[in-house]
Amino acid sequence: MSQSVLARNPSVLVFLAILGLFTLGVTLMSEWAGSEVVSTSFVKTLGKTLCLALVAVAMDLVWGYAGILSLGHFAFFGLGGYMIGMWLMYERTHGIVVSSLAEAPIPPTEAEIVGAIGNQIFGVVGSREFPAIWAFADSLALQLLFVVLVPGLLALAFGWLAFRSRVTGVYLSILTQAMTLALALYLFQNDSGLRGNNGLSGLQNLPGLDHVPQSSVSIWFFWASAGALALGYALSAWIVSGKFGSVIRGIRDNESRVRFLGYPVEAYKLFVFTVTAMIAGIAGALYYPQAGIINPAEIAPIASIYLAVWVAIGGRGRLYGAVIGAAFVSLVSSWFTGGQAPDVNLGFYTIKWVDWWLVLLGLSFVAVTLLAPKGIGGLVDLWTGRQAPDRHGADLGPDAGSLREAEAER
Amino acid sequence: MSSLLEVSGVSVSFDGFKAINNLSFAIGDAELRAIIGPNGAGKTTFMDIVTGRTRPDEGRVLWGEANVSLLGLSEARIAREGIGRKFQKPTVFEDQTVLENLLMALRNARGPFQVLFYRPTPGDLDRVHELAGEIGLMDALGRKSGELSHGQKQWLEIGMLLAQEPRLLLVDEPAAGMTPAEREHTTTLLVAAAKSRAVVVIEHDMEFVRRLGCKVTVLHEGAVLAEGSLDHVTANRKVIDVYLGR
Repeated sequence: MSQSVLARNPSVLVFLAILGLFTLGVTLMSEWAGSEVVSTSFVKTLGKTLCLALVAVAMDLVWGYAGILSLGHFAFFGLGGYMIGMWLMYERTHGIVVSSLAEAPIPPTEAEIVGAIGNQIFGVVGSREFPAIWAFADSLALQLLFVVLVPGLLALAFGWLAFRSRVTGVYLSILTQAMTLALALYLFQNDSGLRGNNGLSGLQNLPGLDHVPQSSVSIWFFWASAGALALGYALSAWIVSGKFGSVIRGIRDNESRVRFLGYPVEAYKLFVFTVTAMIAGIAGALYYPQAGIINPAEIAPIASIYLAVWVAIGGRGRLYGAVIGAAFVSLVSSWFTGGQAPDVNLGFYTIKWVDWWLVLLGLSFVAVTLLAPKGIGGLVDLWTGRQAPDRHGADLGPDAGSLREAEAER
Repeated sequence: MSSLLEVSGVSVSFDGFKAINNLSFAIGDAELRAIIGPNGAGKTTFMDIVTGRTRPDEGRVLWGEANVSLLGLSEARIAREGIGRKFQKPTVFEDQTVLENLLMALRNARGPFQVLFYRPTPGDLDRVHELAGEIGLMDALGRKSGELSHGQKQWLEIGMLLAQEPRLLLVDEPAAGMTPAEREHTTTLLVAAAKSRAVVVIEHDMEFVRRLGCKVTVLHEGAVLAEGSLDHVTANRKVIDVYLGR
């Protein structure tokens, strides 16, 4: 226990080294570096994948370590995206409006400029007034703060209500789904102030940097995403490594026992839930400028369920498992749904992967849960020689989310 | 006599069934007490009430010199007040090492932020080693507790309780499933623990209670049937009828 975090978790160093090499490799092969091996659009795909890996690390922290099966963390991810999207859209429209009004014979007043921006942004939902939530959209610093604060405060309020009523297990999962659905439905409304189902668009264009080609912007975001993943991973590893990790793993396996040790279980759950929501917000704020558009469909309940599926397939309770799961499944998913996967002709029926991918994903999820609870991350055990304890099929604790025999280490 | 814990006139019912019926009980500092009684006598429910897991319908539970009411405090708060509880089934954190289990139990700040920045001091580690020696798990500190034998898990749990430094220890059937040698070790641990704190032991096994050599409270249908030395209560007609004479 007296060793440093890194000495106790060599996997952190290995992970950071692999991430560093990967980032370097992609950078050198990108259009930005004058190579044609990795296209700009694929750099964006890889950058987005790193963001998804970051939100998966957050999910692993809250589910794999603390045993809270939250099916709402993609809502926090989306909120982070919306917060940065507001600034991107406002500033960019501001630039366009100012340059077009510069031709006018009479210089425009500040109110005219703001009115024109409002018309540009909200014309699509039949409005021209700025809603109150856009009050700080012109300030990058404040919107960046909101990227962390808004998901954090929502998680804090939601978690406080849910945890203090001792809602646990599947009931909590359902509540988080309800929260996600409510948020998505609210954002779908045109008068929600965030352009309804149109969402925020044009986010790939950085205000004031129109002269910079997308090949550069994409590589900047790729670096930022890799840096955020590295920091998020190291922070999560630090959180779970010491006594705090012991306590939350205790809560996962046997909540009431932790309570009888004198630990305020609710405060710990709230802490983990809120911190992971903030990490999710940051991941979203880096993802959506690379995607270029965010709309309420991104926050649909199914997205949060995917998140749990990624972590399960990658192997929960180990941070690199979450990264592997998110990267693998999301990349394979875009391959299948992007029409690149060859159709399978069975003679009487042709399997089009665009339609059948979800079925394949669902079957893989069931198969992993039943046959290989350690997920893809479990393959690492073949190399490190980690063995599961022989518990005759018994879980490591009485709680619903507790570690299963095959997931544990001897 | 000033008592450490005073339970008076407590009743609780589940769906009309009176699990505890006007129960009164008191224990002083540094006292060892055994509670015996047939199944369904309310022994575990009694512990649930004291530790805050179950709220009684009526009655008072007063604690310490200041006579603080424990009703309305959370389980975690009651534990921090100095009441430790050992469950019937050994409940240790199976996915964690013996060392991690003991460090978690060690009496230190319990808030999330203090725990996040906590690093064990040399004093903490000394204390853990001392406890591990007492419970005979010195060589097993680095092992996952899920791997321990049944008896070792029971001791680890007792060690965790001692690490909490509670003023009152509630122990539910500590000797269940133990070999005779293990029982003897457990008796020694409990008697030693009771030198500096109050210990309440729930037990079925008469031989084990006899070895504890302490005052005995007999529960029956949620109320105290008899109290006194083991010989005294086993001579009691009512006790023989409901419990011993089965």
